[in-house]
Amino acid sequence: MQRIGVFVCHCGTNIAATVDVKAVAEALKYEPGVVVSTEYQYMCSEAGQELIKNAIKENALTGVVVCSCSPRMHEATFRKTVAAAGLNPYMLEIANIREQVSWIHKNIEEATEKAIILGRAAIAKVHLNAPLTAGESPVVKRALVIGGGIAGIQTALDIAEAGFEVDIVEKNPTIGGKMTQLDKTFPTLDCAACILTPKMVDCAQNDKIKIYSYSEVSEVKGFVGNFDVTIKRKARYVDENKCTGCGLCTEKCPQKKVPNEFNLGLDNRRAIYIPFAQAVPKIATIDADYCTMLKSGKCGVCSKVCTAGAIDYKQEDSFVNEKYGAIVVATGFNPIKLDKYDEFAYSQSADVITSLELERLMNAAGPNGGTLLRPSDKKHPHRIAFIQCVGSRCDDGKGKSYCSKICCMYTAKHAMLIREKYPDTEVYVFYIDVRTPGKNFDEFYRRAVEEYGVNYIKGMVGKVLPEPDGTLTVRASDLLNGTQLNLSCDLVVLAAAIEPDKSARPLATMLTASMDTNDFFTEAHPKLRPVESPTAGIFLSGACQGPKDIPETVSQASACAAKVIGLLAKNTLKGNPCVAHSDELLCNGCSSCEKVCPYGAISYSDKEFRINGKMVTRRVASVNPAVCQGCGACTVACPSGAMDLNGFSNSQIMAEVDAICKW
Amino acid sequence: MQMVNNEFKPKIVAFCCNWCSYAGADLAGTNRLQYPAEVKIIRVPCSCRVNPMFILRAFQRGADGVIICGCHPGDCHYTTGNYYARRRMTLLFSMLDFLGIEKERTRLEWVSAAEGQKFASTMSDFVKTVTELGKNKRLEDLRCKK
Amino acid sequence: MDLKEQVLIMSGVDVRKCMACGKCSGACPSYNEMEYHPHQFVSMVKKGNIEPLMKSESVYKCLTCYACIERCPRGVEPAKLIEAIRLLAVRPQGSNHIKADDIPSLLDPELPQQAIVTAFRKYSK
Repeated sequence: MQRIGVFVCHCGTNIAATVDVKAVAEALKYEPGVVVSTEYQYMCSEAGQELIKNAIKENALTGVVVCSCSPRMHEATFRKTVAAAGLNPYMLEIANIREQVSWIHKNIEEATEKAIILGRAAIAKVHLNAPLTAGESPVVKRALVIGGGIAGIQTALDIAEAGFEVDIVEKNPTIGGKMTQLDKTFPTLDCAACILTPKMVDCAQNDKIKIYSYSEVSEVKGFVGNFDVTIKRKARYVDENKCTGCGLCTEKCPQKKVPNEFNLGLDNRRAIYIPFAQAVPKIATIDADYCTMLKSGKCGVCSKVCTAGAIDYKQEDSFVNEKYGAIVVATGFNPIKLDKYDEFAYSQSADVITSLELERLMNAAGPNGGTLLRPSDKKHPHRIAFIQCVGSRCDDGKGKSYCSKICCMYTAKHAMLIREKYPDTEVYVFYIDVRTPGKNFDEFYRRAVEEYGVNYIKGMVGKVLPEPDGTLTVRASDLLNGTQLNLSCDLVVLAAAIEPDKSARPLATMLTASMDTNDFFTEAHPKLRPVESPTAGIFLSGACQGPKDIPETVSQASACAAKVIGLLAKNTLKGNPCVAHSDELLCNGCSSCEKVCPYGAISYSDKEFRINGKMVTRRVASVNPAVCQGCGACTVACPSGAMDLNGFSNSQIMAEVDAICKW
Repeated sequence: MQMVNNEFKPKIVAFCCNWCSYAGADLAGTNRLQYPAEVKIIRVPCSCRVNPMFILRAFQRGADGVIICGCHPGDCHYTTGNYYARRRMTLLFSMLDFLGIEKERTRLEWVSAAEGQKFASTMSDFVKTVTELGKNKRLEDLRCKK
Repeated sequence: MDLKEQVLIMSGVDVRKCMACGKCSGACPSYNEMEYHPHQFVSMVKKGNIEPLMKSESVYKCLTCYACIERCPRGVEPAKLIEAIRLLAVRPQGSNHIKADDIPSLLDPELPQQAIVTAFRKYSK
């Protein structure tokens, strides 16, 4: 039997004006287990807390009920109070007689009766409380960033700045991501390489940052503070420690017909390559799909020209095991494939291109050295049509139902840059809505219209017809003028929707991080915890969480780093003791709980039990208290009643129900 | 004691999730929004913590109505808890007729931490509905009575 | 039942899904023949402004090529709206419906089964 003390608070007149607090204290005195019941003007005050502490010591109390304001207000205060008196802080319950009684009722009799019932319910619950201790787990002071685009780079730099070790895993031979492929960036029109490459170099030179390029995460075990990650280092057939990045091999390789993915297949590269001049790390990689030496064993030119002796045709995939305290997901985005949109003739004409392809065509390091020429006949285009929302805001199953957010701005940028460089070129932009929220964004779009004379036409393009003379007829409706246009163009640029990288879905499964229907990672709270995944220790940076432009990505990346630093700064993690636990003797191994757990906190293992003198092996569930957040979904899913939740156990809630219904 | 002046006062148990609905109830209090005293709130971490057994137990012990409040769909603190609650309660509620209990004696409502007004009006409305239905006699276990 | 409701039921189209992009009219091969264009059909039905559409030649200029249905990013199906309005205009008032109960009295043993099915499909809308 517990020895319970009841403390009724007046809260000045907040409670005492409508609840007869003396009558409440008197009535609760005769409840089973109650050894002391008293009231005081302000329980949360210094004197009130002393009163509770003294009562605990004098009466050797084992449980405390405070009838006062909402537990959301002062539960933490009173937990500290009882802990100071030597009791377990979780032996306290609060009956909310202010927000739920005195403030909402006027009739004193009615309010007093309700306060007594709530007090009884709290007493009934305290009877079943058990001392709880928060578990502690150590934190590995090292972070993993998955994805080396601008989001991953910024997060890694910020974490390293705070003095913690960071590893970046990048699946491509170089870090930099999509931003390396961009020509200029809105709204200031500075060149992407000029602002990105210094950051890439910072990453390489920072002794806290380690870059695993051409690598992928293959397995994740463990939990917040203690992740155990296996990184697959794909064979690049070049010794990273020996290669100096001189590039001689990439000039001598006889296999010249490999589509260059950096330029989106608009030109070719060799089978051994460095993606671009400013690559970090600047190390050559052999493309095994095209290398004649690897395919037939006849060639070996690169090995002969390499003065450093870095070429190693026998290299194999290797695996690295590393422990991390936090994992940042920064897997980024890709433009969607446009093969389902026949009406825009993307696969029929070389002169229908995507916006990202246009970035490469306009870039000084691109296939045309920065001169805008039609891909088909390398002639200068005189009339260009931009089509917006290709695959965005589509509810027809072919595209994406969301707005891709960045297209309005980059289209305005492209239109402006073309008009500036080639004033003889007419530019048309077909739009549904122009969406330019952001600092200096709408001004930027207006500048394209007002200063650069870009023709914005409200209306979607219905069809792009490739003509025999090599031009493209763009058929669109001009909604504001009520006409149908048939515009003869030389180049058509499609603002393709963006989607999360394909690697995100299997990664989410590995991390037990949740995703939405579009495969964007879900944040812990859409408004208040936007850079954390609901899974503890997993953080989100950049476009893997939703479409984002560069300024937004960078601010989210830094926010994400702040959260990671907050976690890594701790030596140990104190868990919430109100977590689920499984009674292994009752568990029947059905996996129901595992399926409903949103955090992946439940795992199954075979354990030996002595049953009737025999050793029996059974499959039972166990909860990892460091991962469990205490929602209780598993307790209801469990058919055998093996799962229960500390602090809100089945018997405790039942006791409250009974006490309330009894009155 | 319930039939003072021939006026029926129902017993209502309200399960409120800690993050949205309990905070909504607190807000109703802070804003001094009145709702009937028949409602007694039990705090649970999440609406998915509410075992259908608790509801049946409440009816068995003489409750006249049980209401479960959780965060709005998509806003659950634990991401998916309220979806589980919705499925479980849909199933339980559909079987109540079979047990001889009017479906109207139970309700599942989404109340956010900002909806003090909604909490108060929902409770008033629910108490009104249950009062009209009268005493729950079907499932009440008389052996549980003192 | 007002005209708008009739059109919506007959066509099965949800006009509220339209986001006014104009792609239907951008794709329409009969655009220049029509007084009202596919996107106007959607927006006028949304407003309940059906009579001008019923009187317009446009309903007969639609080729029912379904280009607008194929291209619509929101799945609105303007051609089905035009078809419904055409039916409204073509059918004489009062006898434009057939109920299952009326069929037995109309049955002719010589009538091919296909004809009954077709008539029912057409008149039950």
